[in-house]
Amino acid sequence: MARLNMVEALNMALREEMERNNRIVILGEDVGKEGGVFRVTDGLQQKFGADRVIDTPLAESGIVGVALGMALNGLRPVAEIQFEGFLYPCLDQISNHLGRMRNRSRGRFTCPVVIRFPYGGGIHAPEHHSDSPEAILAHIPGIKVVIPSTPYEAKGLLLSCLRDPDPVLFMEPKRIYRAIREEVPEGDDAIPLGKAKVVQEGKDVTVIAYGAMVREVVSASEKLKGEASLEIIDLRTISPMDVDAMVASIRKTGRGVVVHEAPKTCGLGAEIIALINEKALFSLQAPIERVTGFDIPVPLMKSEHYYLPNPERIVSAVKKVMSA
Amino acid sequence: MSLMDEYNPLQGKMFRVLNPDGTLQPGTSPPVDDQETLRLFQKMLLVRLADQRCLSLQRQGRFGTYAPIWGQEACQIGSVFVLKRGDWVIPAFREIGATLMMGVPLKTYLLYWMGNEMGSRAPDGINVLPVSIPVGTHMLHAVGTAWASRYKGDKEIALTFFGDGATSKGDFHEAMNFAGVFKTPTIFFCQNNQFAISVPRSLQTASATIAQKAIAYGFDGIQVDGNDLFAVIVATREAAEKARAGQGPTLIEGVTFRFGPHTTADDPTKYRTEKDIEPWKPLDPLVRLRLYLKGKNLWSEKIEERMTEEAQKEIDEAVKEAEAVPVPAVEDIFRYVFAEMTPPLKEQLGYLKATLK
Repeated sequence: MARLNMVEALNMALREEMERNNRIVILGEDVGKEGGVFRVTDGLQQKFGADRVIDTPLAESGIVGVALGMALNGLRPVAEIQFEGFLYPCLDQISNHLGRMRNRSRGRFTCPVVIRFPYGGGIHAPEHHSDSPEAILAHIPGIKVVIPSTPYEAKGLLLSCLRDPDPVLFMEPKRIYRAIREEVPEGDDAIPLGKAKVVQEGKDVTVIAYGAMVREVVSASEKLKGEASLEIIDLRTISPMDVDAMVASIRKTGRGVVVHEAPKTCGLGAEIIALINEKALFSLQAPIERVTGFDIPVPLMKSEHYYLPNPERIVSAVKKVMSA
Repeated sequence: MSLMDEYNPLQGKMFRVLNPDGTLQPGTSPPVDDQETLRLFQKMLLVRLADQRCLSLQRQGRFGTYAPIWGQEACQIGSVFVLKRGDWVIPAFREIGATLMMGVPLKTYLLYWMGNEMGSRAPDGINVLPVSIPVGTHMLHAVGTAWASRYKGDKEIALTFFGDGATSKGDFHEAMNFAGVFKTPTIFFCQNNQFAISVPRSLQTASATIAQKAIAYGFDGIQVDGNDLFAVIVATREAAEKARAGQGPTLIEGVTFRFGPHTTADDPTKYRTEKDIEPWKPLDPLVRLRLYLKGKNLWSEKIEERMTEEAQKEIDEAVKEAEAVPVPAVEDIFRYVFAEMTPPLKEQLGYLKATLK
């Protein structure tokens, strides 16, 4: 079995599914000849032709709006937005149209569009290349939001997105695009949406994370060996969240930490804590801690390390909830 | 010379077939026969009367906020007339004429403005999207649907309606640009009705015409007298034939006038006077077609009375049926968000139902 990084695993998912389904088309900036600025679509235009892997004009709202129209008329477009910082012009299309079309037309018109885009910090990128806008997206009705944490997960989750009857925003943690290699099987190995994964079982503290932060949590867990046993939950789907998995774990451990790199205020952490309070407050032995980015623009590379959650901050949050 | 060449918008000529006095421009002929003209007149009359009814239903509190078509009937009836079954219409929010012309029942259209989402569900086989209230954003969907047709090897084309205000939006540019680059079978139909709520056309763009914007995107644009049913038919027919033949998109600017308010929430006396409206009255699309038909002995007061009576009966029936539709079940506001209801939605619906007991 091939050991792939996340970029290669995503490429494999797209290639395999495009072979199975000729209604899938890819469109975006530099996705064709160039194979995407991160090479996720590398070689696909050569294989499937310029009709199916389309280099578009530089216009993000246009890419999503056109993809939506294609989906209405029977295609399964995969739109790539080059960086999350350029997703904002698409919010009009996503919020006003994509997430509403099925509901507005009472099921007559549907938009099975997948919008893929890299997100998050940690690669010393220019401004507008390090945001984590998942909470903004999770707040929009009618769309799903999916974030993989490893190459294997990336392939399996993307396959499910490509088969989902509704629009999915697929956020790719660019920091770990090439940082992890693992075995990724060829063929159909879809991972269902809406289901979290227990990455590691533990008994002391539940740590909930997703995307690039899962690796940070695993690293924190190693640092805590002998001191604390962490149960690590990878959410995988941000919207809708797997509430049952989180609650079951909290009932077991009684303590929790949520980790995300997005700003703290109104971040996913706030929602996760509210959900746990609603369903498992009396299982808690300490207030749940949040380890997050801050309510500031992501700093440039010299200061970025101040911003991003790291194993040290996670360790200290775990110690805090354990000492309560 | 093709129509699009002859009326290259950079030369500032507006295409017209039917004069305001009901005569034809020299060297032109009507694009449809007498019986068809009469039927289209009847359709325009029905739309105008239905529109008036919508306004009065709103005044009586039986309708939500409504955007009337009054004055723009020829743009919509004429352009949709040339479409075929399976073609796509992507409307803005003032398209009662286009929607009915596509075969959506009046009852369905009324339901939407009465506040029931079932009113946005076109019957199967009729490809009319729900209205688009965010201005200009829907034009991209007309590029995508048309593109998908071509990808699948189908002959269907897409026609989208928008106003002069929409041409200021970024999505107008992106839609026109994509359509031009990829030569999608899309017709962009701008109903230039002179006002975007209160802001006049002159404040939307410094371009002499809206039609000429097409030139910059690399495809044909034409300015037509949008109150001239015949001109609209001829221009849209040519655009549709071009699109089906793989020759790409067309921008049609129908020069028209909104006689009514922007919506029922608008007071047009704030931004225009009777003096501004006066010159448009003789250009009314129905007045003009009536004169034409009269000149051919196809119209009489008696004929129109009969048509009016029939139309009012049809409208009465549709209103009655729409008002008889019960308030939707609470499940319906959750059921259609996703193909399958997600666990959070199931939980929220359960909660809501419990509070309603």
